[in-house]
Amino acid sequence: MIRRILIAGLLVSACGGNDPRLVEPSQIAGDAIPQPLTEAPGDTHRGKIVFSERNQGHCVLCHVVQGLDAEFQGNVGPDLTYVADRLNAGQIRLRIVDYQLVRPGTLMPSYYRNHDLYQVGEAFADAPILTAEQIEDLVTYLSEMKAHQDE
Amino acid sequence: MIRASLLLCVFAISACQEAAQPSQQSALTIEEIRSGYTFLTAETQALQDDPFANPGLLWVDRGAELFQSTIAGEASCASCHEEGLHGVAATYPAVDESSGVLLNLEGRINQCRTQHQSLDALAYESEELLALTAYIFNQSHGLPANVDISGPAEAAYQRGYDYFQTRRGQFNLSCQHCHTENWGKQLRGDTISQGHGNGFPAYRLEWQSLGSLQRRLRDCDTGVRAEPLPFGDPRYIDVELYLAARSQGLALESPAVRR
Repeated sequence: MIRRILIAGLLVSACGGNDPRLVEPSQIAGDAIPQPLTEAPGDTHRGKIVFSERNQGHCVLCHVVQGLDAEFQGNVGPDLTYVADRLNAGQIRLRIVDYQLVRPGTLMPSYYRNHDLYQVGEAFADAPILTAEQIEDLVTYLSEMKAHQDE
Repeated sequence: MIRASLLLCVFAISACQEAAQPSQQSALTIEEIRSGYTFLTAETQALQDDPFANPGLLWVDRGAELFQSTIAGEASCASCHEEGLHGVAATYPAVDESSGVLLNLEGRINQCRTQHQSLDALAYESEELLALTAYIFNQSHGLPANVDISGPAEAAYQRGYDYFQTRRGQFNLSCQHCHTENWGKQLRGDTISQGHGNGFPAYRLEWQSLGSLQRRLRDCDTGVRAEPLPFGDPRYIDVELYLAARSQGLALESPAVRR
């Protein structure tokens, strides 16, 4: 009997479908996650590194930020040069955390999600793509991307 | 209690299936189908086109030798296939009539070895299997894939389609998200191709070697941080069948050169 329960448990973990949600539904308002994921505020400089570096967010694979010192920026996703003119911090946060929540067909990976994933590589099974700190650094960096900077 | 744990099992299994539902998305139209060749730089295209420079032809030459040679006193491939195998590779993967199993060309070569030649099966990506596969595929060079997806192959084709359409891995992307919906866009320095297999086995610059289509599929799965399937897994053979049918009319180019 105990063995059966163990087998059931293995099945659940094998498909990765039953991990607790990293972001609760109560944290989501419309297409935004208004509150930061960490108590410490994000850092723009670190966010820029998360955005560019291959072993971090590597957002430049798909997105352009004009003037950023990174070669061959991709165009699979939208240009983010003035993203803060279109989206507030909470909206940017949700799009990085799990855009599939509001746009199920999107190509954008969910950078802070462990639930309902399938056939995840063993090396990546235990953690989301980015940490909460990296997400907040990115949100801070991208929230400053305006055509005309605030006074 | 037993019933409860059994129910839990069923729930767990159905939860998996639910998470793995293929999405219903657009398909390529016949007019827009393009070989991976058209996404290469002019230099890489020239490398593929030059019979003295294309490194994949080394495997073709080696395969021709192996095809003729007698190993451990057993009949050579050529002793049965006297006329060669012109056009045959274009029909693979194909359902084996005697067993009802879908075989790719690698599987068919190994079936010949074990059933008719009393030889051991060759491992995927071994020099010998790559050479024989490249040699036989090269005899279909310029022909379109001509796979049968009816009758006993229909279910395999459907499974291959489902694999292609299903989100997987930590990046939670399906093959079609890149290769049907976003081909032609820039992923940093690379242009996303349509994901056809018509050049394989192909010499990839990244590998510095010839490699099978399954090796390429494993790289794609790894790229979205999914656990790649083992070489020869029937699910990958299903995908090979789907890809061959999806490439509708594209000429086979093996041994092609790819990035």
